[in-house]
Amino acid sequence: MILELVCPAGTPAALRAAIDAGADTVYCGFRDCTNARNYPGLNFDTAEMAEGVRYAHERGRKVLAAVNTFPRAGDPEPWHRAIDNARVAGVDAVILADIGVLDYAQRKHPDLRRHLSVQASASNELSINWFRDRFDIKRVVLPRVLSVEQVAALVRRTGLESEVFAFGSVGPMSEGRCFLSSYMTGLSPTSEGACAPASHVVYKEAGDQTLSQLGGVTLNRFGKGEPAAYPTPCKGRYVTHGRASYLFEEPVALNAIDILEELRDAGVTALKIEGRQRSRAYVQEVVGTFRKALDAMERGEAAVANQLAAVAEGGKETHGAYKKGWR
Amino acid sequence: MTSLFKPRLTIGPLLFHWSEEKRRDFYFRLADEADVDVVYLGEVVCSKREVFFEDSIAACIQRLERAGKQVVRSTLALMTLDREVEAARALAQSGAMVEANDVACLQAISDRPHVIGPYINCFNEGTQDVLIRDGAVRIVYPVEITAPALKVLAGRSTVENEILVFGRQPLSVAMRCYHARSHGLSKDACQFVCGLDADGLPADTLDGQGVLTINGTQTLSNGYLVLLQDLAALQAMGVTHFRLSPQDVDMVAVAALHRAVLDKQQSPDEAAGRLKALTAQVPWQNGFLHGREGLAWVNKTLAPA
Repeated sequence: MILELVCPAGTPAALRAAIDAGADTVYCGFRDCTNARNYPGLNFDTAEMAEGVRYAHERGRKVLAAVNTFPRAGDPEPWHRAIDNARVAGVDAVILADIGVLDYAQRKHPDLRRHLSVQASASNELSINWFRDRFDIKRVVLPRVLSVEQVAALVRRTGLESEVFAFGSVGPMSEGRCFLSSYMTGLSPTSEGACAPASHVVYKEAGDQTLSQLGGVTLNRFGKGEPAAYPTPCKGRYVTHGRASYLFEEPVALNAIDILEELRDAGVTALKIEGRQRSRAYVQEVVGTFRKALDAMERGEAAVANQLAAVAEGGKETHGAYKKGWR
Repeated sequence: MTSLFKPRLTIGPLLFHWSEEKRRDFYFRLADEADVDVVYLGEVVCSKREVFFEDSIAACIQRLERAGKQVVRSTLALMTLDREVEAARALAQSGAMVEANDVACLQAISDRPHVIGPYINCFNEGTQDVLIRDGAVRIVYPVEITAPALKVLAGRSTVENEILVFGRQPLSVAMRCYHARSHGLSKDACQFVCGLDADGLPADTLDGQGVLTINGTQTLSNGYLVLLQDLAALQAMGVTHFRLSPQDVDMVAVAALHRAVLDKQQSPDEAAGRLKALTAQVPWQNGFLHGREGLAWVNKTLAPA
């Protein structure tokens, strides 16, 4: 079985770049709070998404629409409209997290394929089965907290297509249920779609060091040339027992490129590249590299040299939870 | 729902890894002395801790039920291991009233009354409708809930609802154990260092500001959520149950203060003055409900519904 390469597109140009670089599938979102990358200057309107779908379908590729935030009480319309518009744009599936949104999509557009977003935090067989049986989801995007062995067991037991993260950031927290960013900024990633929004990030010079703050909370202090991640709460340095450390996660990127065979053997359907907020050049480089690696694997050739460290956040890489010892 | 109902005071599941003796004493004292209606029991954070409570949980349940409290069994918030999922399934099938904190339990309990815990995202009426249709008799809203959202959800709900009104705010759960990491240990060889901190481990900013509290794989706020000033407005919005999360303070006294304010026997200001003495140096927070950052303290009362 060939692994499907699922790639991010924050803009129409990035969508075309991803397709041209060898993506089998591209995922994107609308330009509002209905998706988990609601950052200024990113995302699609319905016409742009329809155009992207056309571009992809002409080349035999697919487009997925992420509608994966949680509606605010009393205001479900933007989310319902996003599903309706995804349908209009002709996407191949929608990626959903909220139980109410899943319910709406199933009732209103029963034949529109539904994938379960990582934001739904379905981390075990019973959770996945519940979503499968309740809302007839066809694919689950697995949380980044599972080992390869656990992924294999879930694939085997749920009988669903699975999509796992192959490149991007390491999400140490159970996704969709993390309130750290809203605790510091007052803006909720779960309903506004932006973790650590740029509007609340401040960099300050402090002597020969730089301070990074989120919502006035100091998250890091680093010298010139020292690798430092964007100041999200789980990538900050905190002091425990009088000692400063990256308590939650080091500034490293998840890169599974050299365990592709293990993921394939685990029965995984698709590999997800993260980064709708990243540049078109990033998309081209990461997608192109994974395409070559997957093609080489299919031909039974030696692995492609991993040269993605330069675009990895913080410049360092990890297998994250896929390998023992991470916990 | 309206405030025609007597407001119910609840004790949420103990989040910290207290010794078996300390836990048992805590629940026995609640049974004997605390004027609360519901007590949630069970390990929410880390399944490795469960074995330490196995021998005394039955006695705690019995004593609480004899004292007239409803006992609800809380599940883990994040399940990934087979034994964790199996335990949840067994609990759901045991006939006990269960607070589901992971959707893993929903299939097994959908044909009988159950509580939806705060770790299952119920942020909107679409989700609430599905959960009620599937048999929830009480929904505990997530800690991030704002007053306008609460007004919509409680106003529309046909079942009981509950929010946290006292204690450190649960902000995230994870696979990794940060308590172990802070001691240079891995989760698999953690030596149960989370048990060293009965009220959690402070994680401060580099410039020395308190901001977070570590509790094993869970991250909590550094401050205590305090909503004494807003209890009347919350009742008017239709909130039926008010949750106190166990901290390493005199929880019987904390419960008494909340009961007195809910029953209009004591003014919020007077109760707040007494609560301050009980909570010592720990800052107070109430930002989420007021639409602000969760760590904020907003010095005003919610407008009545």
